[in-house]
Amino acid sequence: MIKTPIKLLAVTAFAALLSGNPAAAETLTIATVNNGDMIRMQKLTDDFTAKNPDIELEWVTLEENILRQRVTTDIATKGGQYDVMTIGTYEVPIWGQKGWLVSLNDLPASYDVDDILPAIRNGLTVDGQLYAAPFYGESSMVMYRKDLMAKAGLEMPEAPTWDFIGEAARAMTDKQNEVYGVCLRGKAGWGENMAFLTATANSFGAKWFDMDWKPQFDSAAWKNTLTFYLDLMKDAGPPGASSNGFNENLALFQTGKCGMWIDATVAASFVTDSKNSKVADQVGFALAPDTGLGKRGNWLWAWSLAIPAGSQKVESAKKFIAWATSKDYLALVASKEGWANVPPGTRASLYANPEYAKVSFAKMTLESINAADPTKPTVDQVPYVGIQFVAIPEFQGIATAVGQQFSAALAGNVSVDQALKNAQALTERAMRKAGYPK
Amino acid sequence: MARAVTNRRKAVTTLAAWGVGLLIFFPILWTILTSFKTEADAIASPPLFLGFDWTLENYGEVQERSNYFRHFWNSVVISFGSTFLGLLIAIPSAWSMAFVPGKQTKNVLMWMLSTKMLPPVGVLIPIYLIFRDTGLLDTRAGLVIVLTLINLPIIIWMLFTYFKEIPGEILEAARMDGATLWAEILHVLTPMAVPGIASTLLLNVILAWNEAFWTLNLTAAEAAPLTAFIASYSSPEGLFYAKLSAASTMAIAPILIMGWFSQKQLVRGLTFGAVK
Repeated sequence: MIKTPIKLLAVTAFAALLSGNPAAAETLTIATVNNGDMIRMQKLTDDFTAKNPDIELEWVTLEENILRQRVTTDIATKGGQYDVMTIGTYEVPIWGQKGWLVSLNDLPASYDVDDILPAIRNGLTVDGQLYAAPFYGESSMVMYRKDLMAKAGLEMPEAPTWDFIGEAARAMTDKQNEVYGVCLRGKAGWGENMAFLTATANSFGAKWFDMDWKPQFDSAAWKNTLTFYLDLMKDAGPPGASSNGFNENLALFQTGKCGMWIDATVAASFVTDSKNSKVADQVGFALAPDTGLGKRGNWLWAWSLAIPAGSQKVESAKKFIAWATSKDYLALVASKEGWANVPPGTRASLYANPEYAKVSFAKMTLESINAADPTKPTVDQVPYVGIQFVAIPEFQGIATAVGQQFSAALAGNVSVDQALKNAQALTERAMRKAGYPK
Repeated sequence: MARAVTNRRKAVTTLAAWGVGLLIFFPILWTILTSFKTEADAIASPPLFLGFDWTLENYGEVQERSNYFRHFWNSVVISFGSTFLGLLIAIPSAWSMAFVPGKQTKNVLMWMLSTKMLPPVGVLIPIYLIFRDTGLLDTRAGLVIVLTLINLPIIIWMLFTYFKEIPGEILEAARMDGATLWAEILHVLTPMAVPGIASTLLLNVILAWNEAFWTLNLTAAEAAPLTAFIASYSSPEGLFYAKLSAASTMAIAPILIMGWFSQKQLVRGLTFGAVK
């Protein structure tokens, strides 16, 4: 009586072993942000698990700021909670330098690392080591309403100046009908208004620091930048702009309330999507503006996949990254969801593909990315890397505080001079405390 | 005449109460309504109140993308687990402070409350390191411990206030009749303080259910509760309000329903001291 159940148990266990014990599969925990391209990847992972039956995937999707806080805590303490992390071009140079990331220089030849766009690859490389593989890349550009531009009797050049943008925005504005010439970020935050204003400042010849790491908010170039931005928003911006970020402006543009919107290239696929956008068939694109000084106001960002140095599953994680950022993955998305939904801005071969060339925003996205160089972001020489940010750990805190000053100026609570004076003082203080110049 | 005034006053008070009630409830109502809109309708300007095409697609997508029940179950275990563990520690503590106060009791109470004044992020790294070294990261047991410790001062304070209302003579009488310490706490004090304990329990479950700092920072995939479920639907780039609203509605529904059914106990418990 006793023997039978034991036998049964033994046979079952043996059968389980033969049939391939699922518990033996290695589980990768992947931390990621919630955006369309990442969610699409989660839906398509059957392709990866079919090719790698010994690897299972566990997703942790979080809002960008929470994700950043979460993965920073984990990597700094070597918590080992994640095997693959989604990080941006801000984190990679800092974390790579600290030895917190696993080098991806040994990805297989079939991965064709040379196909990655040089601007993006440079942003993810530290001392010759590629520390993250780009999942999608973005720059910023002008998105505008062709119908409103025609109504204003103007024609958007492919590479406009800020003066033209100012003129067009004022001409397109019809406040009585709630049409505003230009929608720009105003919400305070290092990744919100300061991403836009830092990139814009570059095109006005301004910079965050000189070669001695001395803050430069007391320069004429910063005053010109901020004065231009505030005047433009006062004349042609929507009400309450000081609380508008990417999503608020997206909503305004999609509902037909903005003549122009200068923001991330990834927005192009949203504003041309007729399901959610009322103006989908009226959108044109142009390069981010300049002032003739040799730098455009466009940024560079790449959401990328990296392996924290604390991971115990480096080989499996590399396999996953090689799959998710490969040419084959782009083809897989195209076959399932169409070319317009392929993650943009990472590989040259995608832009050489005639099918992808038919996508309305493809050319302008590529040109915007190619026009950005994070290693030479400003007109003058600077000691830092990064276009819409300065790749130092202190930047998040400082830029958010500066962003609050500029947002307050936009809301009319402080003057341009006062906002710049405050920004200069708080940046000097923070940099002194952090021990710069190092 | 006096009666008319009373009636009018009553009507005004009722209206005012309803007005305040609706005002407080409005954000939740708006979240629920938005969850039935398309993403385009969710950002419509002027906002659409009821006249939109009702859809269940957000709920469908949330179900498809996330494992709701795993998050839900984690929330249940963490909030009820931390509450029961908290009560287990708090009832004897509050008893001793209410009925056998020492010289330092007041100071101890104030010290406990002062721990609530520290911003949680100040101790994130030490706790994270302790959790890492003890293998508690991303476990429900770890969260139960942390949430118990965080809410313990509130539980003890609430129970202390209720116990203070109970005449010490009753306990003395029980002692005279030969009740042991445990019998006194279990069979005399606890039944008398049931409304207070019930409301403490409910409030603590709600606090633990809604806790969104530790539950987000100490979990990854395994122990993530509904707070992480909601956080996964907020997006920096792209429209997400309708899906986020659907996820939020699913996350708050259980606690909302529980609160609805137990509101009598909640109110009675919260006003326990005041009406005596």
